[in-house]
Amino acid sequence: MASSSLLSPSSSTAANPAASISFSSSLSAAPLPRRPSSAFPRGGRRGRRSLSVQSKIREIFMPALSSTMTEGKIVSWVKSEGDVLSKGESVVVVESDKADMDVETFYDGILAAIVVPEGESAPVGSPIGLLAETEDEVAEAKAKAAAKSGSPSSPPPAPPAAETPAVTSNPAPAIAQPPPQPAAPVGVPGQIVATPSAKKLAKQHKVDINKVTGTGPYGRITPADVEAAAGIQPSFKPAVAVTASPAVAAEPAPAAAAAPPKSAAPAPPPLPGSTVVPFTTMQAAVSKNMLESLSVPTFRVGYPVTTDALDALYLKVKPKGVTMTAILAKAAAMALVQHPVVNASCKDGKSFTYNSNVNIAVAVAINGGLITPVLQDADKLDLYLLSQKWKELVEKARSKQLQPHEYNSGTFTLSNLGMFGVDRFDAILPPGQGAIMAVGASKPTVVADADGFFSVKSKMLVNVTADHRIVYGADLAAFLQTFSKIVENPESLTL
Amino acid sequence: MQSSLSLSFAAPSPRSRLPPAAAAAAEPSLSAPISLRFCGLRREALGFTPLRQPASRRAPAPRVQVRGRGKVTSASLSDNGSAPRSFDYDLVIIGAGVGGHGAALHAVEKGLKTAIIEGDVVGGTCVNRGCVPSKALLAVSGRMRELQSDHHLKALGLQVAAAGYDRQGVADHANNLASKIRSNLTNSMKALGVDILTGIGTIVGPQKVKYGKVGFTDNVITAKNIIIATGSVPFVPKGIEVDGKTVITSDHALKLESVPDWIAIVGSGYIGLEFSDVYTALGSEVTFIEALDQLMPGFDPEIGKLAQRVLINPRKIDYHTGVFASKITPAKDGKPVMIELIDAKTKEPKDTLEVDAALIATGRAPFTKGLGLENINVETQRGFVPVDERMRVIDANGKLVPHLYCIGDANGKMMLAHAASAQGISVVEQVTGKDHVLNHLSIPAACFTHPEISMVGLTEPQAREKAQKEGFEVSVAKTSFKANTKALAENEGEGLAKMIYRPDNGEILGVHIFGLHAADLIHEASNAIALGTSINDIKFAVHAHPTLSEVLDELFKSAKVNHPVTSSVSEPVAV
Repeated sequence: MASSSLLSPSSSTAANPAASISFSSSLSAAPLPRRPSSAFPRGGRRGRRSLSVQSKIREIFMPALSSTMTEGKIVSWVKSEGDVLSKGESVVVVESDKADMDVETFYDGILAAIVVPEGESAPVGSPIGLLAETEDEVAEAKAKAAAKSGSPSSPPPAPPAAETPAVTSNPAPAIAQPPPQPAAPVGVPGQIVATPSAKKLAKQHKVDINKVTGTGPYGRITPADVEAAAGIQPSFKPAVAVTASPAVAAEPAPAAAAAPPKSAAPAPPPLPGSTVVPFTTMQAAVSKNMLESLSVPTFRVGYPVTTDALDALYLKVKPKGVTMTAILAKAAAMALVQHPVVNASCKDGKSFTYNSNVNIAVAVAINGGLITPVLQDADKLDLYLLSQKWKELVEKARSKQLQPHEYNSGTFTLSNLGMFGVDRFDAILPPGQGAIMAVGASKPTVVADADGFFSVKSKMLVNVTADHRIVYGADLAAFLQTFSKIVENPESLTL
Repeated sequence: MQSSLSLSFAAPSPRSRLPPAAAAAAEPSLSAPISLRFCGLRREALGFTPLRQPASRRAPAPRVQVRGRGKVTSASLSDNGSAPRSFDYDLVIIGAGVGGHGAALHAVEKGLKTAIIEGDVVGGTCVNRGCVPSKALLAVSGRMRELQSDHHLKALGLQVAAAGYDRQGVADHANNLASKIRSNLTNSMKALGVDILTGIGTIVGPQKVKYGKVGFTDNVITAKNIIIATGSVPFVPKGIEVDGKTVITSDHALKLESVPDWIAIVGSGYIGLEFSDVYTALGSEVTFIEALDQLMPGFDPEIGKLAQRVLINPRKIDYHTGVFASKITPAKDGKPVMIELIDAKTKEPKDTLEVDAALIATGRAPFTKGLGLENINVETQRGFVPVDERMRVIDANGKLVPHLYCIGDANGKMMLAHAASAQGISVVEQVTGKDHVLNHLSIPAACFTHPEISMVGLTEPQAREKAQKEGFEVSVAKTSFKANTKALAENEGEGLAKMIYRPDNGEILGVHIFGLHAADLIHEASNAIALGTSINDIKFAVHAHPTLSEVLDELFKSAKVNHPVTSSVSEPVAV
């Protein structure tokens, strides 16, 4: 704009060589009247005079494309950061009230930084980008841009932290299989090959494409690689593109299988006075797992178990630090050894995966979330060791110190709501496991025996939910029968 | 890429002093004397109507006696050098593409006994390997785009679950459309009594053509007039190895045998642009390779810029400009397609690309080999048959070859299917005694991307150059689709219409449209140019509201013509 002459490079550098690092540059659609300089935020620049830098970094301002325009929307950046501009070239497209206008630069230089990205609006006269005169000043300009991007008008280019996948140090949710670790980087020397979309994404998320490891065909960098490097969830768009071609024989479509069915009905508007609290990472993971569980065909089998003998045993071992959780886990583990199919899982819908270990995951409500610490090899450890292990796990869970293998290695899950007086309930099968046992409270119950004599026994209802692709009704019934026998004759538990 | 020449043409005929009425009755080889406008010859890709024509070196076989009709009686030929006095046909057309078809239909209407020779399939490039099947693919890509555009759908209040497609189904749609149009074309000619002769047509002498399949006896027929309409084939620059699988031309791409993850498109003209639309909608990523310094070189620069912003930048497309693909090796031995790029000016190596496939869309080359042009002393220029503005073939000595015409891609004037057809009709008009010169500047062109691009007449730089040379002023009017109710209702406000005109007399020099249904909108402008309608007249024409046609209505109304010329079609006056 015309006002740039107020701080023309020559005059200011001559007067004070150490001062004035930036000059108001001018970008304006040629035929349009130029904007007076009043909009220039000069005060800020004055403050930086003490930096004593001699470089020439010009700010690119939002031009006034009409007399009524107070702010403009960036339709698109014609040039990208790092592009060399020559005088008169279109740099950015700004939307005016009637049409989109190309805005040209009046200076040669390098587009060092984009302060206001595409789709954002900025008031007339505010800086929307930085133009560096030489390569050397690009870094400095970028630093300036970073300082500017603190302003509310510029959106964060970096993805919000909440979107990052669960990290190992965080306790991941119960019933949750955290995402697999990214594949180890494979060194690909020589030329970087990145697809057009990957390059665009890298620019958009400010990812250095040279540091991204390509996992695509021939080691090329795919959009997914860039997104992984940027630490964001795969965007929706590519997913559509992939699922768009499920019928193409050569193309596998894993995304299609993984994608949860989209709910068709729009959410009803919130009731007045309601508050919306976003999920924590753990809660989000629970939500995701719960949705995933819908793809598994499950069924439930209930069984009443007499617990008088178990209660007696519990009273005996309680002083030695044995917990009820450990006893139930041990009982379940022993039953699972005899019924390996219930300890199996169905990974691909085509086969059984028999697990060599019996790892009992136990659901624990914690900090508004849910987590499943795992008692590994519960069939092999004795009650005392199990109880000790359990205490450690609970302590770790409370302090968020659980390691991934301590919450995601379960082969069978135990959930107990008996302490609340719940007599029976129905658990949801976590993805990746074959069965989950829901244990109710043990209650004195009047029973009639074969001879017609009444007696009072303690009974508890257990209800197992299983994946019917691998565990059938008879399997589950037989397993429960074994479990019931073990509980009713608990001596074997202490062996 | 485009050239526009303005030829001031002095009619060569010795009878040019005749008044128009007399000239009209004169022999077609004589030209009309007066005020015929000639237009820029635009070379563009997307041509049509080829004909497989391996040179046949047989001696002419005895000709077939064909039933005479009315005034035309068969005559036997004694020697090869002299023209026969009576003919088997009034008109023989070599090549049954869109150009030949258009000529044949018009010839029948004019009462000519007509035959058409086709060595491959009726319909030529356009119907079998060009505009027709590509429109089928683009119809699919347009719908895919709509279904994938979440924010667009949301803005309309629509909810659609993830859209998918079946590649074979898409390919079948394109193929079925081509077959259907081909049989329509064949039937229309048969129904009108056009003889469809199968084989390779070769000119053996003045007004004599032989045709026949390889391995069979050739037939020789005589014709009062002959039209060459053999079309073109995809042009593949040297250094590029086409294997039909991973390195392909439009011929292969239209079969849609695969949808590669990443495809490089060499050339960013109509063909490349349309295929980029198809491939990106089907999930591919695209890299353009363009020899010129900017993408879409044939288009008006302003339209090209906008098109790039809408059709290239937001899509999964990147590009290399100012480079040649000097060598392209198909994928083999576990290696991807390798493309070596050299600087278009310095010829120095610049880059190497590794992609899954490459589409060569560098234009089309005329298919004129084996036509026997040497028998009548005609030399092709870069393969094109030289013609004058009336499509009359010019021989090596610069003289007109009597009774021989060439239309369509084979003459290279304007490589568009409808241009070929218009040229054919023009020729038929001439041979039936009515002089006619086609105004190529009134022929519209369209690129069927989403949204579409269309144009007619001169681009702004061409118009300004012409204006400077001829000393008139040029003005430009523009309207945006953003101001059009129908476009906004469709939520497709992205677009621009631009008119280049003379403010002194209201003549429309060129119109360029980028936006929803641009290809259909252009005809109001092209008709105005063809009929010489002034802006002053057309701006009073009424357009239905709300329609997209109001974009042009606005355009005409926003033009500022200095001295309104009184319309020749004045108000009715009682006498």
